[in-house]
Amino acid sequence: MKPRKDDFLERSKHLQKMTDDELNQYFWHLVEKVVDPLIKLAETHTSPSVERSVLLRMGFNSLEARKLVDMIFQRGLLSKGAGHIVWKIAKEKNLDIIEAGRALIEGKYWDDVDRIFKGVKKNACSKKTH
Amino acid sequence: MLVPKKPIDIDEILKDLDKYRPKRKGWTWRKRLPEGAKIGEYEYYQVSENLKNSIPLPAAHYFGGIDPQPEVVITSEIASGRFEDDIRRMRMAAWHGADHIMVIRTLGQSHYDGLIEGTPEGIGGIPITRKQLRATRKALDLIEEEVGRPINFHSYVSGVAGPEIAVLFAEEGVNGAHQDPQYNVLYRGINPIRSFVDAAVAKKIMASVNMLQIDGAHNANASAKLAWTVMPELLVQHGINCMYSLKAGMKKEYIALSTVPPVVSPMPEFRYNLPYAVALRELFDGFRFRAQMNTRYIESDLFDATRIHVLNTLISRLTSADLQSTITPDEGRNVPWHVNSIRGVETAKHTLVALDGMKKYVKLNEKEIREKVRELKMRAILMLEEILEMGGYFEALEAGMFVDNGYYPERVGDGIARKKDGEIAAGTVVPRDEDYMAPVCEHFGYNNLPEGIEKPCDLIGGCTFHNPDKIQFIDELDETDNVNLRLEKIRDMKKRNVIKPEVEWYSDGWIQLDMTFALPEELAEAAAIKLCEKLGLEEPTVIHKGVLHPAEGTYIEVKAKVPFEIEVDKLEIPKKPETLPEEEIFEYVKNNPIHVVAGTVGNDEHSVGLREILDIKHGGIEKYGIKYTYLGTSVPPEKLIDAAIETGAKAILASMIITHNDVHVQNMKKLHELAIEKGIRDKVLIIAGGTQINNDLAVENGMDAGFGRGTKGIHVASFIVKKLKEKEGK
Repeated sequence: MKPRKDDFLERSKHLQKMTDDELNQYFWHLVEKVVDPLIKLAETHTSPSVERSVLLRMGFNSLEARKLVDMIFQRGLLSKGAGHIVWKIAKEKNLDIIEAGRALIEGKYWDDVDRIFKGVKKNACSKKTH
Repeated sequence: MLVPKKPIDIDEILKDLDKYRPKRKGWTWRKRLPEGAKIGEYEYYQVSENLKNSIPLPAAHYFGGIDPQPEVVITSEIASGRFEDDIRRMRMAAWHGADHIMVIRTLGQSHYDGLIEGTPEGIGGIPITRKQLRATRKALDLIEEEVGRPINFHSYVSGVAGPEIAVLFAEEGVNGAHQDPQYNVLYRGINPIRSFVDAAVAKKIMASVNMLQIDGAHNANASAKLAWTVMPELLVQHGINCMYSLKAGMKKEYIALSTVPPVVSPMPEFRYNLPYAVALRELFDGFRFRAQMNTRYIESDLFDATRIHVLNTLISRLTSADLQSTITPDEGRNVPWHVNSIRGVETAKHTLVALDGMKKYVKLNEKEIREKVRELKMRAILMLEEILEMGGYFEALEAGMFVDNGYYPERVGDGIARKKDGEIAAGTVVPRDEDYMAPVCEHFGYNNLPEGIEKPCDLIGGCTFHNPDKIQFIDELDETDNVNLRLEKIRDMKKRNVIKPEVEWYSDGWIQLDMTFALPEELAEAAAIKLCEKLGLEEPTVIHKGVLHPAEGTYIEVKAKVPFEIEVDKLEIPKKPETLPEEEIFEYVKNNPIHVVAGTVGNDEHSVGLREILDIKHGGIEKYGIKYTYLGTSVPPEKLIDAAIETGAKAILASMIITHNDVHVQNMKKLHELAIEKGIRDKVLIIAGGTQINNDLAVENGMDAGFGRGTKGIHVASFIVKKLKEKEGK
């Protein structure tokens, strides 16, 4: 930012008459306005680390989670959810979740993945969050 | 179970780790005792339950050995780079009153895209891995039983692997963590979008196990040249992380602000620090406060660091704190050593207990402080207004709004600017598609679960949060860098029963020496290094120097490595003075009245030590019926001898504290010779005592016995009675 002198007295004129409570409330009102778009962004986006955290919770180890997410990211399918992809394949091939993930790491079933997931790309709206 | 007199068995900790599950999850506060609760004979207003095993403050033995525990959780930051040594230090810290163990991560872990496994050695901290966490938690589960208070285990959910680390922490029973996307952005140069997206997911996972979150705002203090100028921004940064955490699903009582009194003396620190502390606590009412000590201005002087920290803790007591963090006083010069971790904890405990209930006597002057408090709040509000005017957080960040050295609204133009679409891991965030789905619990954000699913992980037969048996345990990945290799060396030393001194790792060989040379700074430094070389020490490094006067003297502290081992088998422990059973002393004195004369010899005004040996109220010899004539301090040897003759004393007790130029040795010789001259030497026992006296030295110089530090009345009484009985026997 461009250097500038302290103009607190001038700038704070509209705040000087506020009570302590009003100042506190106004502070939190502004904070919320700053934070709202940030949290919205997080609700509707994902990242490799977010997806690896999903795979960890599904029982994969860190090495497996990393390989799977790398493969999914390279295919441009992270937006579907890495766990979603593994779950779908496990269901279709009647495999245990971990078996399905390991098969994907070995390079199996990617044609099926493409068939199921590649196609319509519509961004998530916030109609449903858990 | 741990046995207090036995070292913790790391091999035992490492056994069956793959099956170990933490005893409990979530944060635990201390159990506060009601106001006015008595510990020993004293009333306290701000204490919690006593520990089962602990080491009290140095002066405790004057007060019945009490070890009151403040109501505030006390943190110790530990990170030697080897978790097996961290564990030992955690045990030391817990015994001194720490119940929040914060483990610093190894250099570079925040830029590691994923989890690290195994137990590699770290630099300036520890690589956080599942094995390291599980071993540490297992050890802490034992240590908390030993001291009798839950211990909160804590590390960092930051960097580019935040959500994964949050999962790991939730699974392994980590109770608290730093999490603040602003920290990633400003100080780790990680892409802002990635940081905020990851943070929300991490926070929700942390919330699911009631982990306490600590934010990262205090780092602005450590980064800004003039730490006081960032006070308005600190309020803004705390606000952003708090609000973001609430919206990610955290409860207020698990969100803690990390706050540091920004400045130190020679600034008039209280006039700056106090209004800031008040403004913060008013604005963030209902959140928790982690009072951190100032690191920004710590130099290599341990005493100055300690002074700063005592005064920082005074701010905690004048306002409030839920956690009192401690900074090791040697943080300014090396990776913290064992002893300095303990000193840090003692500084906090001492100060908190010292100021127990102080608000009953001292109140802040509300009228004087109010204007300053309001001004700080207004400056923060103005900053928020401008952030919104600029278009929001990312836009303000790109423009360099944060960590500017100007006192907002003043701007110097040296803020940390980060690009929204730049920095590390840029371009890795993608929008979730409409059919995005994650079949696991505690997942933040949009999740298109199939209809009728209540618990997401029902889809996969349970996630690791509900079925921990699904967690895979990876032992080691690196055959050349792991705990087993490190322990081999230690096992070998233990087998041969040899030891070296240590500062952070088992028998690492480091020692510290301090010395003063009548030389100017540079020469004194060179002389100190030469001295270590002549002593045969290795790798001597000056770790602190203090100019006493530009020409008259320089004080130097050096660390160096010891090249040899000590054979424990061959060590001799000096024999402790034997004592007779109390009844035997009572009985003898009753039948054979004993009179002694006592005094501090020479030009020496010390009286406390000798009075403790004499007086009944200190358990002195009077208790056993021995009568005494006390001649006071600065008594010439002649006077003691004359008094002994006059009163027919059976013993002379001569106290000698001052030892300059061996004056104590001269006085012992003189007493002995005078007694011979006057012909009473065989009729009277002459006993010397003092902090620098020991029995060998005293006997060498003609005394019948010598008593040093830690001597009690019973030791002296036992000796007198034994000797008199011997004489009778002859």
